[in-house]
Amino acid sequence: MKQPIIAAGLFALATNVQAAETPVLTVLTYDSFVSDWGPGPQVEEAFESICDCDLRFESAGDGAALLARLRLEGARTDVDVVLGLDTNLTNAAIKTGLFEEHGQTDIEFDLPITWSDPYFLPFDWGYFAFVYDKKTVPNPPKTMFELAESDLNIVIQDPRSSTPGLGLLLWAQITHGEDATRLWETLSDNIVTVTKGWSEAYGLFLDGEADMVLSYTTSPAYHLIAETDDSKAAALFEEGHYMQVEVAGKVAGSQQSELADQFLSFMVSDRFQSIIPTTNWMYPALTPDAGLPDGFDTLMTPNQALLYSAEQAPVARDEALEIWLNVLSK
Amino acid sequence: MRNWPGIGAAILVAALTIGTVLTVLIHAETAGHMGSADWSAIRFTVLQALISALISTVIAVPVARALARRKFLGRNVLITLLGAPFILPVIVAILGLLDVFGRNGLLSTIINWFNLPPVHIYGMHGVILAHVFFNLPLATRLILLGWQSIPAEQFRLAAGLGFSARDIGRILERPMLRQVLPGAFMVIFVICTTSFAVALTLGGGPKATTVELAIYQAFRLDFDLGKAALLSLVQLLICTSAALVMLRVQVPHTFGAGLDRTPQLWLNDSPPLKWLDRFWIGASSLFLILPLAMVLIRGLPGLFLMPDGISAAALRSVVVAFCSAMISVTLAYSIAAARHSLGGLRAKLLEATGYLVIAASPLVIGTGLFILLFPITNPQNLALPITALVNAVMALPFGLRTLIPAVADVEQRFGKLADSFELTGWKRLWHLHIPRLRRPLGFTAGLAAALSMGDLGVITLFADPGNATLPLQMYRLMGSYQMGAAAGAALLLLVLSLALFWAFDRGGRMDADA
Repeated sequence: MKQPIIAAGLFALATNVQAAETPVLTVLTYDSFVSDWGPGPQVEEAFESICDCDLRFESAGDGAALLARLRLEGARTDVDVVLGLDTNLTNAAIKTGLFEEHGQTDIEFDLPITWSDPYFLPFDWGYFAFVYDKKTVPNPPKTMFELAESDLNIVIQDPRSSTPGLGLLLWAQITHGEDATRLWETLSDNIVTVTKGWSEAYGLFLDGEADMVLSYTTSPAYHLIAETDDSKAAALFEEGHYMQVEVAGKVAGSQQSELADQFLSFMVSDRFQSIIPTTNWMYPALTPDAGLPDGFDTLMTPNQALLYSAEQAPVARDEALEIWLNVLSK
Repeated sequence: MRNWPGIGAAILVAALTIGTVLTVLIHAETAGHMGSADWSAIRFTVLQALISALISTVIAVPVARALARRKFLGRNVLITLLGAPFILPVIVAILGLLDVFGRNGLLSTIINWFNLPPVHIYGMHGVILAHVFFNLPLATRLILLGWQSIPAEQFRLAAGLGFSARDIGRILERPMLRQVLPGAFMVIFVICTTSFAVALTLGGGPKATTVELAIYQAFRLDFDLGKAALLSLVQLLICTSAALVMLRVQVPHTFGAGLDRTPQLWLNDSPPLKWLDRFWIGASSLFLILPLAMVLIRGLPGLFLMPDGISAAALRSVVVAFCSAMISVTLAYSIAAARHSLGGLRAKLLEATGYLVIAASPLVIGTGLFILLFPITNPQNLALPITALVNAVMALPFGLRTLIPAVADVEQRFGKLADSFELTGWKRLWHLHIPRLRRPLGFTAGLAAALSMGDLGVITLFADPGNATLPLQMYRLMGSYQMGAAAGAALLLLVLSLALFWAFDRGGRMDADA
């Protein structure tokens, strides 16, 4: 029974290899991008209709896992484009020497910051925020300290295993700097628990285990548009909100260099960008010609967009992580 | 050279555990070193694992005894269901547990009627509760197998001699427990040391950092392969020490030959004894089945929301699980047989190798395999075979726990007879071992199948988006806000895992010759 299955698997492998006559562009991205509800399927269809190629996704857990995977593979990688790193990772990514410059200029991104990274192009972005249910939290806190001093329960993600988790640390660090230790000390009794990733935390929040969850300002749009449920909202904090900018870059020495360039151009085109809002539930890096989908206009807009530069981010990360671990391990 | 399959199997296991760690170590650019945070992670890991294993095994004794000496309607179903927590993907089990013990769970709702504040599950006690939930069933099964290894004649004799429950305990049960308990304790201790998401989520924060999480951090955040490998070695060291202690404490014991019939317990019963057994069976079933029922309730509506790809993912998972079961049984039997005929230190070494693997970090095994395979082929093409193989090996320790004593027992009772008929090699396997080892073989196959069905460890590193397994698909659904569909997928996963476990385990427990 076993051998036929293995044999069938090997056969499938062999035919896979032979069928590779049309050029194949390999894009390494994070898992939720390629899920049935993510942008992956639509992006693949749209790009294959113009490129005369086969777009193939490979996936890893999240941005940090992508970079670790690429580093394991090193220069011998088959990956042509990495899509899904963020600005906290780009500095380390460039240092590996595995990326080459994208060469695209004169793109007017619709980002709250100016973009000048020669290696990476943004494809979407969002603000971190605490999401809550309007029924259970009628008066949401207006600052981080107000949250910390309230008796609201929150669930957050571990910065060591999750991108949003790290985003919160940097958010606290950039807004409170010297005072971050005191902030975390005050906040510690609000934290119900810390999860491995975003999915677990959001699941716990929807189950009523916590009043608020660390997510994105765009999360309520999902409930509104996909579930016609307007009960969720993101709390506006007066100190401003930390951003996540998700980027893609071209792998140095790619066998499909031209296709990779074509993909990056496609990524900042209207076709790709209009897929993003209701599949990845983030803001597109370039607002589509048709505008954002209905419902996005109801979202909370922060007063101030905060972001460490790619160079500052690693230093800030180490400081913030040390503070966080010290305070919460007590 | 009838021991070569067993030695070969042990070498394979060693290659997968120590070999992969060494690969990662060699690949590392810098030598890792440990800080104070790592030491506190080690302390926390060992402490919670000790307490979890202790509580699981202590509670499992009366539960297993009650199950062994009572016959009741639904007993077989209950024993199968007892396997369920162990094979659930961690996140599904956590959500199920929180539906019962969480702030918004059943228990909190009930005590809220009396105006009491909600239960606070998060903390060391939450971690232990979850680990007991996962491992109590396993401990119960292992101990139950011990009870069933006592020949029926002995219980009948004891009943005939007018033994009280206490006498039976002293003469028959305690020696058996002395043999079975250390192993069960050790296996659970080792499982709990590699816990990560359970400890973090229910532990309530970075206080509950385990070594596995520290490995994750070293790999993901710092890409410090040296440190990841070093921490993995620490984990192996902790578990090896535990195994050595176990092998010293364990006292081999056999009960002499009976007529090779299915044990049926005879005892001089009394009403208090009956109520005691009812209590243990009732309480443990409630504890284990309530969270599973919540997975069911939560998942039913989701079954209608699932994407088209889900059946293909489910089929893939079932095929992987089946292969995994076959590989695991082959490996476990080979090692158990070789262990018996080798004897002495070499035998103990062989057995210890078989246990090593649960102590290994799935992340490090995955990374090591990735590094080894990458120059040869795209590792993603081998995602499914590797999932089958790694989980087959991961199930090995449980297989060995049940098979080694069983092989020893069969050989002790029938070995001389078989020798006198010159029953060797395949004939001995076919006529002597397989009919008498069906129970542990079926259990091993069932566990391996179920474990690989729910695997989210190694597969995540090799994942091929087009060839997702069911648990991976479920996790992706969660990552895309599709919590309802994910709950449906989790239910499907639970049902399929249980069905596979049941099919194999049942195959082993059909005692036609009783």
